Amino acid sequence: MYRYDDRDRAIIGDRVAQFRGQTERYLSGELSEEQFLPLRLQNGLYIQRLAPMLRIAVPYGLLNSTQLRRLARISRDYDKGYAHFTTRQNLQFNWPQLEDIPDILAELSEVEMHAVQTSGNCIRNTTSDPYAGVARDEIVDPRPYCELIRQWSTFHPEFAFLPRKFKIAVSGSEQDRAAIRVHDIGVQIVKRGEEIGYQVLVGGGQGRTPVIAEQIRDFLPERDLLSYLEAIVRVYNQLGRRDNKYKARIKILVKAMGAEEFGRLVEKEWEQIRDGAEQLTPEALAWAKSFFADPDYRTFDGAASDAALQAQAEDDKAFSRWLERNSFPHRVPGYRAIKLSTKPTGVPPGDVTDRQLEAIAELADGFSFGEARVTHDQNVVLADVEQERLFELWQAARKHGFATPNIGTLTDMICCPGGDYCSLANAKSIPVAEAIQRRFDDLDYLYDLGDLNLNISGCMNACGHHHVGHIGVLGVDKKGEEFYQVQLGGSSSESASLAKVLGPSFSRAEMPDVIGKILDLYVEQRQPEEPFIDTYNRIGLQPFKERVYARAS
Amino acid sequence: MPAQAKRPKPAKLGPQPANPAELIIDGTLASNEWRLLPQSDEETEITAASLAPGKVILPYGIWKALKSDLSSRKTEIGVWLDSDEGAELIGADAEALPLIAVHFPAFADGRGFTTGRQLRERYDYKGELRAVGAFMRDQLTYLSRCGFNAFAYEGEQSLLGLLASLNDFSDSYQAGVDQPLPLFRRRGLS
Ligand code: HEM
Ligand code: SF4
Repeated sequence: MYRYDDRDRAIIGDRVAQFRGQTERYLSGELSEEQFLPLRLQNGLYIQRLAPMLRIAVPYGLLNSTQLRRLARISRDYDKGYAHFTTRQNLQFNWPQLEDIPDILAELSEVEMHAVQTSGNCIRNTTSDPYAGVARDEIVDPRPYCELIRQWSTFHPEFAFLPRKFKIAVSGSEQDRAAIRVHDIGVQIVKRGEEIGYQVLVGGGQGRTPVIAEQIRDFLPERDLLSYLEAIVRVYNQLGRRDNKYKARIKILVKAMGAEEFGRLVEKEWEQIRDGAEQLTPEALAWAKSFFADPDYRTFDGAASDAALQAQAEDDKAFSRWLERNSFPHRVPGYRAIKLSTKPTGVPPGDVTDRQLEAIAELADGFSFGEARVTHDQNVVLADVEQERLFELWQAARKHGFATPNIGTLTDMICCPGGDYCSLANAKSIPVAEAIQRRFDDLDYLYDLGDLNLNISGCMNACGHHHVGHIGVLGVDKKGEEFYQVQLGGSSSESASLAKVLGPSFSRAEMPDVIGKILDLYVEQRQPEEPFIDTYNRIGLQPFKERVYARAS
Repeated sequence: MPAQAKRPKPAKLGPQPANPAELIIDGTLASNEWRLLPQSDEETEITAASLAPGKVILPYGIWKALKSDLSSRKTEIGVWLDSDEGAELIGADAEALPLIAVHFPAFADGRGFTTGRQLRERYDYKGELRAVGAFMRDQLTYLSRCGFNAFAYEGEQSLLGLLASLNDFSDSYQAGVDQPLPLFRRRGLS
């Protein structure tokens, strides 16, 4: 994991002092509401329906146990004793007091954390694969590049007032677990022979106009990452629309001029700066990589370890289920990565208490070299667990409410805060999630359904990623009443697709039945071992439509 | 025939920069020695001859039309670019100009940051680079990192406060006009 040196500490310390001054000027009336707005946003501070909301940056989702304990303490001392993992691998506090924010930022800086650029029209926290460094299909570990991007984008003087927010995601594996095709820039690390490089995609995004990103470069040499990103953001900064905030994202610009023309402008700009000082030196690359070297793995006989685990699983059905759904293969023999589920029935997805944050710290220290990772589906990964200690970990995770064996299933939903917390909502989303979880809580049924992403947003801003859910649910407002539109067939993987609307919307009470009908049809129509999304892609929307809207006879 | 700058009538004129009497130049308070000609949607005709003597900052459109006729007044003719007018419009002419101003019609309009950087880094502009318009105190570090050395501030806060904000940060991660080397080239890596 990246560690600050004195210079990083100085820069973040300067920021804390700067924001303390800005907050004082605001509270004394020297700064107007309008002037304070972009300043607080660039420090992660929103003013929400009920209270301010503070979004803390978790660079590409990585946390160590010291940081987790500090987050727990902050949630206890300054908030109501819980926090929320977001779909961009960050963490949010929902109830801090404005006057306390400078102190919170100071506390964060002590553990090498901050809230820089977690909102506002600037380059946001870079996201990546939660299994970085351990996945078997990894081509190159994306974390060093994410860190280089983090540093390059932090307080970038030219790009703090872009037309709109700007999000970069990096994937270093064959499977895309970072949803790079729905980001403003998606970076796919590739190898050509032994040479490392990047495929660069631009113009993806969700929100009210969802778009799948298009490739503008097929191989960018490793050293040119930052100058190329700079060229893209520079072209966007100059040409992106500023007259209408709904048309200001880069996706609108790329659509308007075409990816080819946009790519041409980027290349033209890049030609002028590619040999400049942002070109990564071999020393800089080696230095960035040095922070993500392998931890001290023990040597195991992989086959023996797998067999022992298998035997343990056979003895205990509950353990075996957890293993099946909540663990992920590791490239090192005798190890696995584990996902802690934050989604037991009845808890808003992504919410954790202060005690749970401390429990994650404890589990990380005890089982995974002191580190944990926030995932974009709002769960937590322990990346380096010895297989022979999985049973012990499972029991400990159960005690803290993290062992719901539902990862990747219907009840492992992505869900935005919705009408309960968010002033932009058309409808509540958390109660819908909960009603669905309650209806489909039979584990055998869930397992039989297999991999299924259900994503819920309370309005077309799409914080809950409904466009890329296999099943997407969108809150809509019909004459002042809350209704829900259902969409099918979305995906944020390497074969990304946008979901299609099924038909007229439903009341909240109808939702569990509607989901039930969709699932019934899938179960009837599927071929052996065929996941939901493949069945959908094979048979299309129409049969689902007919089933759901069939008149009761 | 001397060139005449008959401004094409813009559909709607945006906000125009003010030209305060006092400003910040090179980290100290200074008095403003320049007049600034706003854009106009009237059919006024300006020629090199009708332009009053003394230091004046012309809107890009007028400067472009008159520049060849004004070559004898090089040291007292400056240009200002609006936020939709990029550095490339001035291009190689930048080298000979004593002053270029970049307009921020609203603080959220960040195009001028790029314009400033490109004038300095691409066109090697060495003269006074002045931010004009609705920028805020808290943008001063970013502006100066993008090459601005003069700040004609229109807002209500004190210029002394602005001066303090110039030093909000003691170091920076990425390359800028003030520090051409990104931090990764200065960390002493080997
Ligand atoms: C609580 C109040 C919240 C408000 C007012 C809010 C507001 C918004 C708005 C206005 C957009 C659309 C931006 C655009 O189209 O450019 C958006 C997008 C988004 N938000 Fe939120 N949000 C909130 C909470 C959250 C939370 C808790 C998460 C994560 C769990 C989140 C994640 C996202 C994501 C991933 C997007 C889509 C980004 C894209 O367009 O690519 N938001 N949000
Ligand atoms: S999707 Fe809409 S309702 Fe949900 S958090 Fe985002 S803005 Fe709020």
